[in-house]
Amino acid sequence: MRVHPAALFGFDDLLTDEEREIRQVVRQLCDRELRPNVARWFEESHIPARELARQFGSIGVLGMHLDGYGCAGLGAVAYGLACLEMEAADSGLRSLVSVQGSLAMYAIRAFGSEDQKQQWLPGMAAGEHIGCFGLTEPDFGSDPAGMRTTAKRDGADWVLDGTKMWITNGSVADIAVVWARTDDGVRGFLVPAGTRGYSTRDIGHKFSLRASVTSELILDGVRLPAEAMLPEARGLSGPLRCLDEARFGIVFGAMGAALDCLETTIAYAGEREVFAKPLSAYQLTQEKLADMALELGKGLLLALHLGRRKEAGTLVSEQVSAGKLNNVREALDIARKCRTILGASGITLEYPVIRHAANLESVLTYEGTSEIHTLVLGRALTGIPAFR
Amino acid sequence: MNIVVLVKQVPDSGAERNLRTDDNTVDRGSASNVINEMDEYAIEEALRIQEAHGGEVTILTMGPSGAAESIRKALSMGPDKAVHVVDDALHGSCALATSKVLAAALGTLNADLVLCGAESTDGRVQVLPHMLAERLGVAALTGARKLTIDGSALTIERQTDEGYEVVTAQTPAVVSVWDTINEPRYPSFKGIMAAKKKPVQALSLGDLGVAPSEVGLDGASSAVVEHSKRPPRSGGQKVTDEGEGGVKLVEFLATEKFV
Ligand SMILES: Cc1cc2nc3c(=O)[nH]c(=O)nc-3n(C[C@H](O)[C@H](O)[C@H](O)COP(=O)(O)OP(=O)(O)OC[C@H]3O[C@@H](n4cnc5c(N)ncnc54)[C@H](O)[C@@H]3O)c2cc1C
Ligand SMILES: Cc1cc2nc3c(=O)[nH]c(=O)nc-3n(C[C@H](O)[C@H](O)[C@H](O)COP(=O)(O)OP(=O)(O)OC[C@H]3O[C@@H](n4cnc5c(N)ncnc54)[C@H](O)[C@@H]3O)c2cc1C
Repeated sequence: MRVHPAALFGFDDLLTDEEREIRQVVRQLCDRELRPNVARWFEESHIPARELARQFGSIGVLGMHLDGYGCAGLGAVAYGLACLEMEAADSGLRSLVSVQGSLAMYAIRAFGSEDQKQQWLPGMAAGEHIGCFGLTEPDFGSDPAGMRTTAKRDGADWVLDGTKMWITNGSVADIAVVWARTDDGVRGFLVPAGTRGYSTRDIGHKFSLRASVTSELILDGVRLPAEAMLPEARGLSGPLRCLDEARFGIVFGAMGAALDCLETTIAYAGEREVFAKPLSAYQLTQEKLADMALELGKGLLLALHLGRRKEAGTLVSEQVSAGKLNNVREALDIARKCRTILGASGITLEYPVIRHAANLESVLTYEGTSEIHTLVLGRALTGIPAFR
Repeated sequence: MNIVVLVKQVPDSGAERNLRTDDNTVDRGSASNVINEMDEYAIEEALRIQEAHGGEVTILTMGPSGAAESIRKALSMGPDKAVHVVDDALHGSCALATSKVLAAALGTLNADLVLCGAESTDGRVQVLPHMLAERLGVAALTGARKLTIDGSALTIERQTDEGYEVVTAQTPAVVSVWDTINEPRYPSFKGIMAAKKKPVQALSLGDLGVAPSEVGLDGASSAVVEHSKRPPRSGGQKVTDEGEGGVKLVEFLATEKFV
């Protein structure tokens, strides 16, 4: 008789029936549509993005935590659990969902005009339209305030110039949310694919997040009407609020990747015999499994705690930083430790572990690197910002 | 078109399943219970008919109070409402008694079309659709892999071992379906939230005018007297190739009806 690592902490008892049902639907979709294919997608570094977006849209996962405009309006924990299930399949697939729902759709929902919301959100919720979010530039990642992309007035129009880098969903997006410097500070713009002067180029040779599209966005004199600007976002706080949203999903998501590694490894160690008995019967192995289960359980409980705070409206940004820093770091550690237990098998794509470990390197870096979140906590604890 | 879909809650066929030691009935208490897989295809078919022709889709379940969970799951796929026949006296009912109870419940529902799975993964008797049609005095179109509707004319492709037969009937009728008929949708999140507000009517045997003595273990027309676990798999059969290995393999596959 084995106890599931999450059951060790009585995790499921803390969820509502509705949250469990929602998780079950996402899990079923992942089991049937994603898991049988994801190792191949990763290996080929290609995903059927449109088809996936429509499937995700059909159950309602895209922008599920937003209200109205075709979105389900569910709570933060339900959203977190969906991210967890998605990332248990692959961090790249969860990224598609995060960027769509928490970056692109959230930006339009929170900062868009009524027309912009009506025009884009229902189609994005259904997965008919894919969105991307362009903040990072080749020379400015951790410090987006330095961005060089500009938007200049020309009569009533705007003209955008610059380059965005490392943009998830970039080349498959129908609509790009692009942040640019104006005379009036940083503003957000909706750039439909196909606009003159706008082009994308995929970033190849990735060894991480291969089941995800990562692109460069090139803006070369892109002319947009005045209505293309997001009216309600002023300054960097706009994009940073979006990032807080997506980051929250990662706090849960990372634990999904860790859980998938741990489940795989517990099963493997129970079957694999070394020195004439199951690998799981050795104290060294049990210590590794117990340590990993502890970190997993703590991470799950932390995620849930942050989720309940978010639902109550008491979640602050430092807490999201704490969750992202801890859970991604520990998930990566769990993936690597699981890899050791799988021995040589652990380096192949036959098992999900090395794929998760490689993916989590990206997750450690995007949505605020672990160093930046460490500095956020350092500032909170000391009152002294040490970024510069 | 007014459609009723029969939905049964069964122990998950992917997990460990047992019979109870006390009365040899299916152990539903300790199992992880799910909607009978084939019934999901029946629900999907009903929803597609509704999308094309309008009307109402009702879920009908006979089962213990725990079956409410499966009813809600079924409603989250899209049907409008449900009827749950629940009564302690029903425990251990045979197929004959089940068909009697379901027929009585259907009597209150005025269905043009009754859709159901061709079999359930726990009982696997495949007789219920026929029994039900007989009791209702309507046509039975069973084992469908395709269903087309033209006014009140129903046409199915009835799946057989060799191919299929085309069978037609007029509504009202009972149609049972195989998992080849469609690809069931996933419940959507909005569906899950809406399902909580959809009406579920509970009916007892008294409501249906069926006497407790006619159903349950005591009223059963057949009974499981004894059961034992299937012996563990034996080592299998080795075919040594002495020139006709291929022939032997084909013979094996043919006798086992794999080809
Ligand atoms: C797969 C993938 C997908 C992505 N998707 C998107 C997307 O959709 N949209 C988007 O806008 N961006 C996206 N990004 C970009 C991501 O947000 C950036 O990579 C991240 O912000 C880090 O920026 P950088 O890569 O330029 O690293 P840098 O900012 O150059 O950082 C390099 C190193 O320096 C450290 N560092 C930086 N500042 C300090 C400091 N003050 N003190 C100490 N150490 C410091 C960092 O922690 C890091 O370790 C994606 C990245 C990846 C890998
Ligand atoms: C890229 C690559 C190239 C290789 N090249 C060669 C080669 O050229 N020639 C060759 O012969 N082999 C080669 N190997 C095989 C390599 O030596 C084995 O992978 C290694 O010995 C581990 O064996 P295993 O993979 O079967 O893991 P296992 O022996 O199954 O070990 C699995 C896990 O159990 C742990 N473990 C084992 N025993 C115990 C114990 N008693 N108590 C606690 N924990 C235990 C291990 O440390 C490991 O973490 C190669 C492997 C790789 C990955």
